[in-house]
Amino acid sequence: MLFTDSLFIFGLILLFFVYFLIPQKYRWMLLLGASIAFYAYSGVFNLIYIAVTALSTFLITRRMEKMAEAAKESVSAHKSEWSRDEKKAFKEHEKKKRRRWLALLLILNFGMLAVIKYGAFTMNNVNTIIGWFGNRGTLPVPDFLLPMGISFYLFQTMGYAIDVYREKYPCEKNFAKLALFVSFFPQLVQGPISRYDDLAKGLYAGNGFEAERVHLGVQRILWGYCKKVVLADRILPAVTLLISDPEQYQGMYALLGMLYYTLQLYADFTGGIDITIGIGQVLGIPIAENFQRPFFSKNITEYWRRWHITLGTWFKDYLFYPVSVAQPMLKLSKWSRDKLGKNIGKYLPVYVSTLAVWFVTGLWHGAAWNFIVWGMLNAVIILISERLTGLYGKFHAKCGWSNTRAYDGFMAIRTTLMMGCLRMFDCYRDVPLTFRMFGTMFTKWNVQIFWDGSLMKLNLSLADYGVLLTGVLVLFTASMIGRKGSVRKRILGRSRVLSCCMTVALVLIVLIFGAYGIGYDSSQFIYNQF
Amino acid sequence: MANKKVLFAGLAMTLTAGVLLAAYQRLVQPKYMSDVVEGNLIADYYRSGKDHDVLFIGDCECYENFSPVKLWEDYGISSYIRGSAQQLIWQSYYLLEDTLRCEKPKVVVFNVLSMKYGEPQNEAYNRMSVEGMEWSKSKIANIKASMTEEESFLSYVFPVLRYHSRWSELTEDDFRYYFGAEPNFFSGYYLRADAKPAQNVPKGTPLTDYSFSDTCWDYLGRMMQLCAENHIQLVLIKAPSLYPYWYPEWDEQIREYAEKYQLHYVNFLDEDKLAATGLDFETDTYDGGLHLNVYGAEKLSDWFGQYLISKFDLRDRSSEPALANEWADICRRYHAETERQVKNLEQYGNVKGEADASV
Repeated sequence: MLFTDSLFIFGLILLFFVYFLIPQKYRWMLLLGASIAFYAYSGVFNLIYIAVTALSTFLITRRMEKMAEAAKESVSAHKSEWSRDEKKAFKEHEKKKRRRWLALLLILNFGMLAVIKYGAFTMNNVNTIIGWFGNRGTLPVPDFLLPMGISFYLFQTMGYAIDVYREKYPCEKNFAKLALFVSFFPQLVQGPISRYDDLAKGLYAGNGFEAERVHLGVQRILWGYCKKVVLADRILPAVTLLISDPEQYQGMYALLGMLYYTLQLYADFTGGIDITIGIGQVLGIPIAENFQRPFFSKNITEYWRRWHITLGTWFKDYLFYPVSVAQPMLKLSKWSRDKLGKNIGKYLPVYVSTLAVWFVTGLWHGAAWNFIVWGMLNAVIILISERLTGLYGKFHAKCGWSNTRAYDGFMAIRTTLMMGCLRMFDCYRDVPLTFRMFGTMFTKWNVQIFWDGSLMKLNLSLADYGVLLTGVLVLFTASMIGRKGSVRKRILGRSRVLSCCMTVALVLIVLIFGAYGIGYDSSQFIYNQF
Repeated sequence: MANKKVLFAGLAMTLTAGVLLAAYQRLVQPKYMSDVVEGNLIADYYRSGKDHDVLFIGDCECYENFSPVKLWEDYGISSYIRGSAQQLIWQSYYLLEDTLRCEKPKVVVFNVLSMKYGEPQNEAYNRMSVEGMEWSKSKIANIKASMTEEESFLSYVFPVLRYHSRWSELTEDDFRYYFGAEPNFFSGYYLRADAKPAQNVPKGTPLTDYSFSDTCWDYLGRMMQLCAENHIQLVLIKAPSLYPYWYPEWDEQIREYAEKYQLHYVNFLDEDKLAATGLDFETDTYDGGLHLNVYGAEKLSDWFGQYLISKFDLRDRSSEPALANEWADICRRYHAETERQVKNLEQYGNVKGEADASV
């Protein structure tokens, strides 16, 4: 079910009413029911996957917690008998036992993801390699239907399990409540990937009706719909056309396709997240922000701190740090220091960890070489930027003009264009074609398309361009103002009437300028495919 | 107090958005005045009188082939055509139901061409057939039966969901007729005075299956039952349109059905009927045999008027003052429109009276 389906919208309105009408203690149950219904709508069998994740996580985290409690009791019971080293050894031994349970959980769940999402990709590659050796036979390629949002709920749930293993917080004792955390419906489509300690309290509290909060939440939902249906879905036909025929649409068309896709992806993903956070706000459930004006970033490292924030922090906390301090990495560090010198030895483990994280980030986005290359290119650019930090410092110190706002603007545009170029890997069917299309931007100088009427033949009318341009300007202005705090809150603070007018205006904008209904392709949220 | 304020603010916002959207909806809904005027046919009924002895229901073969004015002027028969473009049989059925809420005619004449369509066909035609109806159980059932896969019920309840993007295509008509359309029709008849001879009319290509769908038979049965319950005589007709091709195998099925249920069935494509009506497809059609022009429609109505009088208990009501008064206006507009179109044809070569009009 799409957020843009009328069934979802009516269901959501109904849910809001019922949520505040029923007693507080039953509200989380209503959310669980709604989440199950929402997920079942995408396919009843998909419930099996999410149920396996929820159940296995519940049982194993409970087990790990009991083991940890038992270990603590043992240490406490033998406090006077055991030496410090004995206590440490015992704790380490117990932790190892718990780690085995955690490993079992991670293998089971990520294994499920690997088979469902990456089985076909792996077997296709194996068959290609077999083909290189002249073998004409092929191994069977599995064809699983990817359950909705599996990459999101799995990462969120495994993050919770790792935190319980690390004893960051106690595990959830109520299976139904954990199932709600795993399956909370607004997050299922495209995240964000929340942390248990951030989400659970609001999720189970059943917060009451607060007019101001609900109003702001509704505005956030409407703002999300504006981005999705007015901008992302309006530009979709042009993007589809431009990437569907790479032979015809080269050079400046490829540039246009890249820019259009950048806008589509931004409006689509941030729009969906706005809807999710807005729903949470109405229900009194704080959901983590996933974006912070990413296109204002001065470099790609900063961009990734502002784009899909929850995925970035997940990888940092649960992959980058553990990989960096893992035994093999420490050994590599020691070896490289001894063999390759102090300087290389210092950086090599960081580089390896960074490349590993970006390799997985690429894979997370999709089972295709496009995404892997995309991830690795991100890593390479980030690493090069970091190596050149000193040089940048000297440049900024020497050139005063590089510390102006205009130069900041230039850097933001440069970052946007670089990320747009990298995102071309999302669009084209394979890696060589993507590089070729990127190359045509410099080799095929068909700039006349900007004034000879070609722009009007890209499934966009003059009216569409008008809406898109206005939309981009509004987005930019809102982002500029938003740097000093929530625009909605500031408007509400200034005048309640103005805030109400803005709500009405948002409703009208979505309904009048939205690209929905017959004649438009109702599109899936892009990140739902990852 | 705080709750009251919140409630008031919520209601005020909902109401404001609702009013603005309703106003916008009215603006963007097609007015069907200059182009595709057939879109106004269904709604036009609610502006007319509700005292008709004969009701025609069907597609363009009804509303372009029969002249109620001729039936009135020559036979004193008050009739109305509830037809719309490519009107499917269930749409005809629900329009009959809808009409029976307002009046009870003595005779219902149904054109059987729509028996060939067993499934919803085209959103644009659905809109023209359904949107003009006043809200009733019949309209709801009609929408549900008519929707193609891509359509949604909600967009019929709130047409703004369908027409929201027309803001970029608004014409002068959308503003001029914002508060309502002007009557275009003459008791449901769409008048055309131009002529285009029927030439090289294509023969029907053989079909693999000539049987009508169960859905169509079901609706025909329901139509028959509805008429019987309301003591209305049902007459099945096949209008004399040369195209779409009416297969003998189809005709045979309708004949058998009419015989089985003792219904009247007139196929105007039969040679004897064509001869009796005096139709000449060189001069009496405006689009090469698909539809009759006003001269053809009058010839056909002349014959059909005699048929109705001879077969059913219909009397000349032209002496009834209220009815005569109402019809006088329709007849005046009808003749004025014929005259206008004839003049335009002479002056511009088209009925619209535009130098560059294609028709």
